[in-house]
Amino acid sequence: MSVPEQLRYSEEHEWVAGLDNEDGIVTVGITQHAADALGEIVFLELQQGEGDTVESGETCGEVESTKSVSDLYSPVSGEITAVNAAVVDEPKVINDDPYGEGWIFKVKISEEPGDLLDAEAYGKLIEES
Amino acid sequence: MSADPTPKKTPLYDVHAALGANLVDFAGYLMPLRYASETAEHRAVRTGSGLFDLSHMGEIFLTGPQAAAALDFALVGNISPMAVGKARYTMIVQEDGGVLDDLIVYRLAAETYLVVANASNVAVVRDALVERAKGFEAEVDDRSDAYALIALQGPDAQDILLRYTDAPLPELKYYAILPGEVAGVDALIARTGYTGEDGFELFVAADDAVGLWNTLAGVEGVVPSGLSARDTLRLEAGMPLYGNELTTDTTPFDAGLGRVVKFEKESDFVGRTALAARAEAAAGRRLVGLVARGRRAPRKGYAVVGPDGTPCGVVTSGAPSPTLGTPIAMAYLDASVPEDTTELAVDVRGRHEPVDVVALPFYKRS
Repeated sequence: MSVPEQLRYSEEHEWVAGLDNEDGIVTVGITQHAADALGEIVFLELQQGEGDTVESGETCGEVESTKSVSDLYSPVSGEITAVNAAVVDEPKVINDDPYGEGWIFKVKISEEPGDLLDAEAYGKLIEES
Repeated sequence: MSADPTPKKTPLYDVHAALGANLVDFAGYLMPLRYASETAEHRAVRTGSGLFDLSHMGEIFLTGPQAAAALDFALVGNISPMAVGKARYTMIVQEDGGVLDDLIVYRLAAETYLVVANASNVAVVRDALVERAKGFEAEVDDRSDAYALIALQGPDAQDILLRYTDAPLPELKYYAILPGEVAGVDALIARTGYTGEDGFELFVAADDAVGLWNTLAGVEGVVPSGLSARDTLRLEAGMPLYGNELTTDTTPFDAGLGRVVKFEKESDFVGRTALAARAEAAAGRRLVGLVARGRRAPRKGYAVVGPDGTPCGVVTSGAPSPTLGTPIAMAYLDASVPEDTTELAVDVRGRHEPVDVVALPFYKRS
């Protein structure tokens, strides 16, 4: 199971990239573990769009597969600067490339994120689940 | 409902694991949910062929001079007129008419019947058959562990199977069975399935399962398919699933399957009195199809709501339909919902999503 070293993770199985970026804009997606558990993703709904704010730990959408549905939580607080229209159109991209083409949205973070996990801790979390 | 916390493995478990299947505990068995993409598996069955391991299903044999009479008494169907080599879809109900399981009964020989039960209900069905066969010259033998069941389903199934058998498949009708050799293995070849497509179910000795599976899975275009695809296939075909559309709180009439109850048979049968009363009574709740207008899928247990937002039914199965491209569901509507209702909504996690009410099935092969 792929858990890239350079990313940070929420306990709700979202990943965050670019926390060290100088512009404060990070990229958010869901992990391969989550995508595999859901099965083929057929529908992604985001409650917020570009310019809206999200709160860390709050529901911001849902991810639906053939077999199940699961809430999407924002792992950070801030303003959405971009939404990946390609995955909204074709959510299966998340299954195929969860850490690349399957990114979901970008956020200009308004506060330093608190309790994100590093790759080792997240790897342990999914091993135990 | 198994009390045993360790799920059992079918004879094909190692094959599934080697294929990288996502294996889940289903009815006490570790079964493949999907191998790769369940949507691709679903489409393969609709357009080509898919291969399924159904070895978790139960194979219960009834033999003896009064085997047919015992089944006439034990089940709602009319079994004794069945010719050798024929199959029937039927049900076993409680005294109060509640469904214990839906079954396929095959007549293998003059005094030999095979009853195929859902994995979760094998013990219940076996025990009920043993109890109900008392006083008849018939023996009940649960041989579920001795048999593996492999299904090849889809429009290409016959052409593919003919490469490995001399059995006269083109003459084998839907809901019929014949013994034959497939890829050098003794099999009972049934033209039955749970996908809405043409296809075959092959009952073989547990030891022969891996060889037969590998032969068929090695054919170009044959896609190993898991329970997830099987569920969306049967949902599109409007076929009930025990535990969803059928339960002990459901009669065959509720599920729109009153036709399987054969009151015309002479013998008494368990549930006759209760079902006769139900058949005479005013229409109760009814099973319908729902097609969502949006993209959020109704799921099992969600409330169906009327125009004023009050609950008027419950979803029993629902998923995005790969064939229709929209979410579909089956649901029970309360008797109070007018027959000509064409639009309702489903409470999908707090939001009322509009749905069209349609007749089942959603998909019928051409």
